[in-house]
Amino acid sequence: MCEIITITSGKGGVGKTTTTANIGVGLAMRGNRVALIDTDTGLRNLDLLLGLENRIMYDLVDVTSGRVPYKKALVRHKRFDSLYLLPTSQIRDKSAVNPEQLVQLCNEMKSDFEFIIIDCPAGIEQGFKTAIAAADCAIVVTMPEIAAVRDADKIIGELGRADKENIKLIVNRIRAQMVEKGDMLDMADINEILSIECIGQVPDDEFVVTSTNKGEPAITMKDSLAGQAYKNIVGRICGESIPFLKPPKEGFFTRLKRLFGML
Amino acid sequence: MFDVLMKIFGNKSEKKSGQIAKERLQVVLIHDRASVSPEIMEQLKNDIIAVISKYMDVNKSGMEISLANDADSVALVANIPVHSLHHSRR
Repeated sequence: MCEIITITSGKGGVGKTTTTANIGVGLAMRGNRVALIDTDTGLRNLDLLLGLENRIMYDLVDVTSGRVPYKKALVRHKRFDSLYLLPTSQIRDKSAVNPEQLVQLCNEMKSDFEFIIIDCPAGIEQGFKTAIAAADCAIVVTMPEIAAVRDADKIIGELGRADKENIKLIVNRIRAQMVEKGDMLDMADINEILSIECIGQVPDDEFVVTSTNKGEPAITMKDSLAGQAYKNIVGRICGESIPFLKPPKEGFFTRLKRLFGML
Repeated sequence: MFDVLMKIFGNKSEKKSGQIAKERLQVVLIHDRASVSPEIMEQLKNDIIAVISKYMDVNKSGMEISLANDADSVALVANIPVHSLHHSRR
């Protein structure tokens, strides 16, 4: 049984590709056979986040146009050997792949994988429509920020119009200290506004930057809080019931230093 | 030093920016979800005035219409002050 999940957001820069990479690696770490399809044609990045940029021979457009079979275009991850990437083209644009082609490709791939994760481009145009066409489930990524939440709401509406009913939410880059001070939308606010099931609350974590620098998703790093949050998301995708992480409490001295402007 | 004192005692009267963000979002999303632009609201308002003026003498400048969120539904709320009812001529 294969589940096809599209990672989408509407707004750019909220962490769709980072989420895709981490969920993909996390599912593969649990022994699942996972295919990641990058549909952000023209702005290819998933390969970089996975450290696979030097191994690409063929791309999604080569496959959908019938030039090569998909197995030839898949790039196997160097560390997690049940994880595969189908990169997209860096020289073509979003119109190069249409929804029917992606549905057909996913149908072909279904028997070989437990999960197919599709990284969607930003926006609500053709690229978005292509990316969601085959999805059994859509994960909407947003940030506790007014524009990102508004765009998430828009995307949820678009998914509804496309008859996608299985929609989950991930809130990325939460800054616990700002939430505590009342200077950032909190989870209760976002849940109230968007009212879809939340499967992830990912803290803003410098590890995400350093791990991206190295091409190793944060989920592989033991000490990363964001990595831990991604592990929990993967567990929830696999049907486990896992409580949300509590934000780390600030120590007395950190609080005192902040008070006097030393932090 | 004043800033530090303000931080210690807290300035309670000022609304937190997170709360402001939430309220702004709630308003903008009502319109987004109904896909009603401010221009359409203005047209709707003028049409309602035109219809009601046939029957009643209304205070046009005092009229307000808006979309409001009620639990899980959206309602069109109109507040139309009436000066007097026109007497039926028929």
